[in-house]
Amino acid sequence: MPLLKDGVAVSDDKWVRVDDDADLPEDCHALISMTRWLKDRDALLTRNKPIGVALESSDNPDEIMDDLDRFGLIAVDFPLFKDGRGFSYGRLIRHRGKFEGELRATGGVLVDQLHYLARCGYDAVDGDDRITEAAWAEANSRFSVVYQPTGDGQKTALQRRHGG
Amino acid sequence: MYRYDEFDHTIVKERVTEFTGQVKRRLAGELTEDEFKPLRLMNGLYLQLHAYMLRVAIPYGTLSGTQMRMLAHVARKYDKGYGHFTTRQNIQYNWPKLKDVPDILADLATVEMHAIQTSGNCIRNVTSDQYAGVAAGEIDDPRVWAEILRQWSTFHPEYTFLPRKFKIAVTGHSNDRAAIKMHDVGIIIVEGENGEPAFDIYAGGGQGRTPMVAHLVGEKIAARDLLHFMDAIMRVYNMHGRRDNLYKARIKILVHALGAEEFARQVKEEFAKGGAGDDLKLPDGEIERIRAYFAPPAYETLTDSDADYEKALAEDKAFAQWARTNLADHKVPGYALVNVSLKPIGGIAGDASDAQMDAVADLAETFSFDEVRVTHEQNLTLPDVKKSDLYEVWKRLDAALLATPNIGLISDMIVCPGLDYCDLANARSISIGQMISERFADLDKEHDIGELKVKISGCINACGHHHVGHIGILGVDKKGVEFYQVTLGGSADENAAVGDIVGPAFTEEQIVGAIETIVETFVANRRDGEIFLDTYRRIGIDPFKETLYAAA
Repeated sequence: MPLLKDGVAVSDDKWVRVDDDADLPEDCHALISMTRWLKDRDALLTRNKPIGVALESSDNPDEIMDDLDRFGLIAVDFPLFKDGRGFSYGRLIRHRGKFEGELRATGGVLVDQLHYLARCGYDAVDGDDRITEAAWAEANSRFSVVYQPTGDGQKTALQRRHGG
Repeated sequence: MYRYDEFDHTIVKERVTEFTGQVKRRLAGELTEDEFKPLRLMNGLYLQLHAYMLRVAIPYGTLSGTQMRMLAHVARKYDKGYGHFTTRQNIQYNWPKLKDVPDILADLATVEMHAIQTSGNCIRNVTSDQYAGVAAGEIDDPRVWAEILRQWSTFHPEYTFLPRKFKIAVTGHSNDRAAIKMHDVGIIIVEGENGEPAFDIYAGGGQGRTPMVAHLVGEKIAARDLLHFMDAIMRVYNMHGRRDNLYKARIKILVHALGAEEFARQVKEEFAKGGAGDDLKLPDGEIERIRAYFAPPAYETLTDSDADYEKALAEDKAFAQWARTNLADHKVPGYALVNVSLKPIGGIAGDASDAQMDAVADLAETFSFDEVRVTHEQNLTLPDVKKSDLYEVWKRLDAALLATPNIGLISDMIVCPGLDYCDLANARSISIGQMISERFADLDKEHDIGELKVKISGCINACGHHHVGHIGILGVDKKGVEFYQVTLGGSADENAAVGDIVGPAFTEEQIVGAIETIVETFVANRRDGEIFLDTYRRIGIDPFKETLYAAA
């Protein structure tokens, strides 16, 4: 699966997904489920190595909002392109929670959604073969005007009209 | 009317470019139909029984003469010479060729029109009162707020993949002509602090297989907070609306499952968090900027009565009959609202030919400050006609077969496309509407029956609004045979109600007779001044059951 970070293909993903029932390796960038984080939170807070959490679309990001600065990566799964919950999760994590690490969309996202993902705070995508550097670049240059402020720093039509 | 500025133009043009590329990829075989489907559905392009169908947005149902002429042009050049106005105040073309769609969109873009968000699980075209800005007693012009909502909801990055489609309607009048309580979100403008407009916001209304009337979830929301409050509703719905079952995915199911009070609490809690790194408060000057587009036109100072108009009324019975049903009071003395019926006896509800659209465009330009409205009941309105011009306007409408004097009467039905076009339908709707219209073709009889809203859907998705018809007709399929189930007592106005099923369904042969029996039962039981709905609410369903099924 190709991974794009800031629109650039990454061949060696340093993050390692660790199953819920597997021991946590000492010396790696470990990506664990949100369920595991909540369950083992006290023990995990003492860990010195980078840790990331993976959210299913049925997880509620409100439950980790106080822990965001502990994570180097938050990965949000889109089981189907139609399941748009992750767009709200992105806004909450990045724009409300001011998360500064990598926010990665995984699963069934479409090329035609890349622009929306970026506007909702995602800087990384791990999808199918069609999610290429070219696709990311095209999706994010197609629209030069936006109506909604999202916290992504883009000036909206409204701000531009009022001299912002 | 709102006019695009460079930013609005740019967005629509960039969208045309994007969709043109997607169509090219499909025609070249780079995209399969399965892959193309979600893309075309983002742009109002459906694949129906016989052909593609393109739905073009008419924001809050408002058109200029130039835009109406463009709709006629599209019908003539790319379709079979007609279009179909819908209950969402949009227009549908039933026969476009896929290869032509990019050209259609490019043509539409030249007059500030598009097909953006006329399908898909996103916030759809915002609808409103067709009498906006011209009805006496209006608290504020809903078009101002509908336009603000249009911009906010266009290509919203967070709310384009909702659990299901999302429909918003706005009215500024206590007489609800926009069916706001039957929408996912319905907004009524009320008087707020210091004479500012504020909003009562209803959520969770809708039709389909689980009809529900919306609940009040936000009271007197301040004007500047409108988008912020809407954002809170959308986020709660996007995160918690069901996605496991297509039929339980609308917001009404979430509101019902949580209870309106709990849903409202969650929305207010989300609202109190103050957004997500954004600022949705409307900046100083923005409301005024938008409002200026909807400033009243240069009305003349007139007396309310006009001698020539009165004379024509007295001398021409046909004109008088039309004036009685098809005109509505205007807030400015000497002016009237003209309702243009798209329900000729025996015709197809909501259809208009290219020539008819051109005729309406001419009338708008000559007599109505260049404006036309589309109504959710599938008619058109010329909002600003001088009473002294009414006789001439009527003659021209009559020549274009657009002067059927039946607004609000039994032959003024909402009818979905049904099995003649739609691949979801179980039964035909159009032919049933035509038969009912012909059965009650005697105008004196129609006038005697009075206001009676008949609404027909060809399947449980309820595009024909049958749940809220005074008489609702629902087409069902029983082992390959079309049957019609009848509901009574529904209403889409400020006293919105879902109709009651009267009993076993009727066959195609029986349905018109059944409607006639219902009408006769009403006439036999009515008291002075009552319309059908009044009588029904007074006497209940039993007398109708008796007359309908007594013989059986």
